Amino acid sequence: MTPGPLLAVADPLFSDGVDLTVVLIVVGKTVAVFALLLVAVMFYVWFMRKVIADMQNRIGPHRAGPFGVLQTLADAIKLFFKEQSSPDTADPWVYRLAPYLAILPAFLAFAIVPIGGEVTVAGHRTFLQLAELPMGILFLIAMSGLGLYGVMLAGWSSGSKYPLLGSVRASAQMLSYEAALGLAIIGLLLQSGTLSTRGIVDLQAWTGSWGSLGDWPLAQWLIWPALVPFLIFLVAAIAETNHPPFDLVEAEQELVGGFHTEYTGIRFAIFFLAEFMNLITMSAIVVTLFLGGPAGPGIGALDADGWFNAWIMPVFWFLLKLLVLLYGTVWIRATLPRLRYDQLMSLGWKFLIEAALLWAMIAAVIRVGGDQGWSMWIVVPGAVAGAAALYGLLWASMPRPGELVEEIR
Amino acid sequence: MGKLSGFGVTIRQVFKKPVTGFFPRTKRPKPKRFHGRHVLNRYEDGMEKCIGCELCAAICPAKCIYVRAADNPPDAPVSPGERYGFVYEINYLRCIHCDMCVEACPTEAITESKLFEFSFTNRDDAVYTKAELLVDDSGRAKRQPWELWLDPSEDDNTSAWMRATSPGGRAVFEGRVAWSGELGYGTRPPEVGQSATPDPGIVADPPASPVARIDLPRGRG
Repeated sequence: MTPGPLLAVADPLFSDGVDLTVVLIVVGKTVAVFALLLVAVMFYVWFMRKVIADMQNRIGPHRAGPFGVLQTLADAIKLFFKEQSSPDTADPWVYRLAPYLAILPAFLAFAIVPIGGEVTVAGHRTFLQLAELPMGILFLIAMSGLGLYGVMLAGWSSGSKYPLLGSVRASAQMLSYEAALGLAIIGLLLQSGTLSTRGIVDLQAWTGSWGSLGDWPLAQWLIWPALVPFLIFLVAAIAETNHPPFDLVEAEQELVGGFHTEYTGIRFAIFFLAEFMNLITMSAIVVTLFLGGPAGPGIGALDADGWFNAWIMPVFWFLLKLLVLLYGTVWIRATLPRLRYDQLMSLGWKFLIEAALLWAMIAAVIRVGGDQGWSMWIVVPGAVAGAAALYGLLWASMPRPGELVEEIR
Repeated sequence: MGKLSGFGVTIRQVFKKPVTGFFPRTKRPKPKRFHGRHVLNRYEDGMEKCIGCELCAAICPAKCIYVRAADNPPDAPVSPGERYGFVYEINYLRCIHCDMCVEACPTEAITESKLFEFSFTNRDDAVYTKAELLVDDSGRAKRQPWELWLDPSEDDNTSAWMRATSPGGRAVFEGRVAWSGELGYGTRPPEVGQSATPDPGIVADPPASPVARIDLPRGRG
């Protein structure tokens, strides 16, 4: 599987100009994505509580609604009825703005995720995706960066010690793991050649042939050629969203509540919503970039372009993969203890960024070698040796832990 | 697997049964000598066992018992003794259910039932008076409106039998009746079977101490 030229796949919805139907379709998609995200967050909180309970030999919520599915709704309703107090020392405007700054990027980042394939709505062909941008991945990174503002301003505008400390730590953590995220994406881009999410998903679809091993159904998934970026992206995404085990900044034992200490009621609910929404979006991005997104077999007996195979099956595969990934994040939450802040920072700066850069260098050399037709027997060992030499040089020039102290003495 | 072996631990628990019980739909059976709410017992002829000696109030570590004795009226004695418990109150906001009052009582008057599912909404309800603590004419504990008696037969097995057969000390009561009779129950039969499974920790006499024992003359008290 070789990446083609830079794909700029525009949504066929706009190919005939924009009239009222097109606008209504876009509005409909927006409302659908909005509702899907909110329901997904509600579902995820219930799912997380049930799965963690399973792993701890107990049952989770089972009173509110069948199997406790309405528990999240009950908690949200309780939060809505709480008194909205704000500290005297809080900055009045920023304090009220910060939760929305946290949640809007979470909503927006989901816009570029392809949920399904190409469908026909009211006579127009369109993707089951809110916005198809040629630089979709950049949009995602931009939105993650904006989410940082919500956290930072929340802590600063609260006007008290613990929120400020928590927000400073949280924003430093999110910043450093964004660097790792971006570098992992560079590693992915070397394999995909395009920034558009629809293009990446189309690259991973099965072409229908069963020729060599590389043509088999799951072999086009970008997780295989980009395994290291996948792992780095996964860890960086979990750290970016302040998900356990990287949740020191909002742990009760550490900083009372971190940046959301002074928030109650709806504003607190919005922060939590934003965190889980970010996690769901990041998982959806992982599914899109590495696991093929909505790609999957349709029901062979039914018509390939019929409404079932076009509407239901891609969405089903996307949701199934998303569910597996969300189970993985809950599994991680239930298993790993919290990382200390310096462990967190050194993992991000000293391990992930280095690994991503090294991998990007080696993969770039291999890619160029492949394009130029050089022998892989020379290119691969040469790339690895060159990277090892560079890394060894860097490591040798760094001071050892005890050296600096001796110089001062 | 090193750092990743933790994931195996959590995923293995998914396939095990949860240990959550569905209280109050299902309840775990309580041990026979469970410490719950107190009752004041009566003899088979209906006379109260409490003689108002206040030993229970003296020993109570939480100071939750209040006893005042009164002379038995000669024509209608309440208890077979000179005095009876005229005022007897237990404050359940303070009681820690240690059962030291049960151990201290010389007449086996105060014992504990197995009821613990009781809660109050005001302080007055929490202070149980003698009328509420005394067993009724059939020898069973009186039910208050805020108490949840889910298993009446189990909760009524309260008596000095419980106190005397408690595995706390070296008392060997196998086959011997060492307690008085109760209203409604008569004299409870002795428990048998303890010596079939001897506890290796309990010996007839303690081993000889390596330190020479100094026998002090026994004085008063």
